[in-house]
Amino acid sequence: MTIDPVNFAAILAMGVLTYMTRILGFLIADRLPKSGPVRVALDALPPAVLVAVIAPIVMSGPIEAVAGLAVLVLALRLPLIATVVAGVATAALLRLAFL
Amino acid sequence: MTTPFADFRAGLIAVFPTVAAAVPFALILGQQATEKGLTPAEMLAMSSIVFAGSSQLIAVGLWSTPTPVAALALMALLVNLRHTLMGASLSGKIAHFGRWRYLAAFLLTDESWALSERRAVDRPISRTFYFTVALTMFVFWQVASVLGTVFGAYLKHPEAFGLDFAFPAIFIALALGFWKGARRTGPVLVASAVAAVAVHATVPGAWYVIAGALAGIAAAVITAPREAPAETLDSLGEATR
Repeated sequence: MTIDPVNFAAILAMGVLTYMTRILGFLIADRLPKSGPVRVALDALPPAVLVAVIAPIVMSGPIEAVAGLAVLVLALRLPLIATVVAGVATAALLRLAFL
Repeated sequence: MTTPFADFRAGLIAVFPTVAAAVPFALILGQQATEKGLTPAEMLAMSSIVFAGSSQLIAVGLWSTPTPVAALALMALLVNLRHTLMGASLSGKIAHFGRWRYLAAFLLTDESWALSERRAVDRPISRTFYFTVALTMFVFWQVASVLGTVFGAYLKHPEAFGLDFAFPAIFIALALGFWKGARRTGPVLVASAVAAVAVHATVPGAWYVIAGALAGIAAAVITAPREAPAETLDSLGEATR
């Protein structure tokens, strides 16, 4: 149960810079206008970021694409946890069958 | 008006699937860290001080002797830059947190941000809701990443069980909650997806998230209806109410 000082310095540096990225958005937003194009941009941000994270994963192969499509359809009807379980099961079954 | 207990309960229910998805990820992180010679105490320090999953996993991949401190720090900055965008969109919705926002920022993750933004579509985000979600993620992240340093060797191929797909599944389901019709949300989703896939295929690192987000925002601004008519409609709505 030891911590190497150099490793700790690296962890601390990572932590400080990560906190900066997090607090910066809060502080910037306070100074932004509350209407107009900036407002439109901030409102569009959640779906834009979510899709940017998902799209390369779903496009990484046919199994991921099919499982992603299945999740999309299931999510319209099922609660979140059931959707996730079904998505994981779909990916696992497809990989079992085709890999 | 919701009670603190109801918000606590809603937070727990909302966070449960993301915790279930994050735990295997944290176990793998711990296992990888051990292979690089990091101790359980160092894993705990990283998980509690940095608390940012993908940057931690990349950091462990980059870890070597002597420890590349500057490279690790720069990588963390670049991979987590997306948090600046997330904080900017969340800021106004948790302005009433006051000083608690500094703690809220520390605990900000992709998951707690996405769940809170989803919540904000339907009702205000209370402090109880946010911190229930964020602190639950934090506690499970610490426990699971340290457990991973001990037991991670048993979990070498999580993709065989489809576990790596839990994450995209959560995000797909949450993204649906932001749908406001093809005219308003369609361009955002298409622009974001195209830009993210293109940058992901051509540029190494995590720039694709930033690129996709900016493309989506640009599409929203370009296709947005003009301000003035929207305001007229609003006042018209008020007058007839």
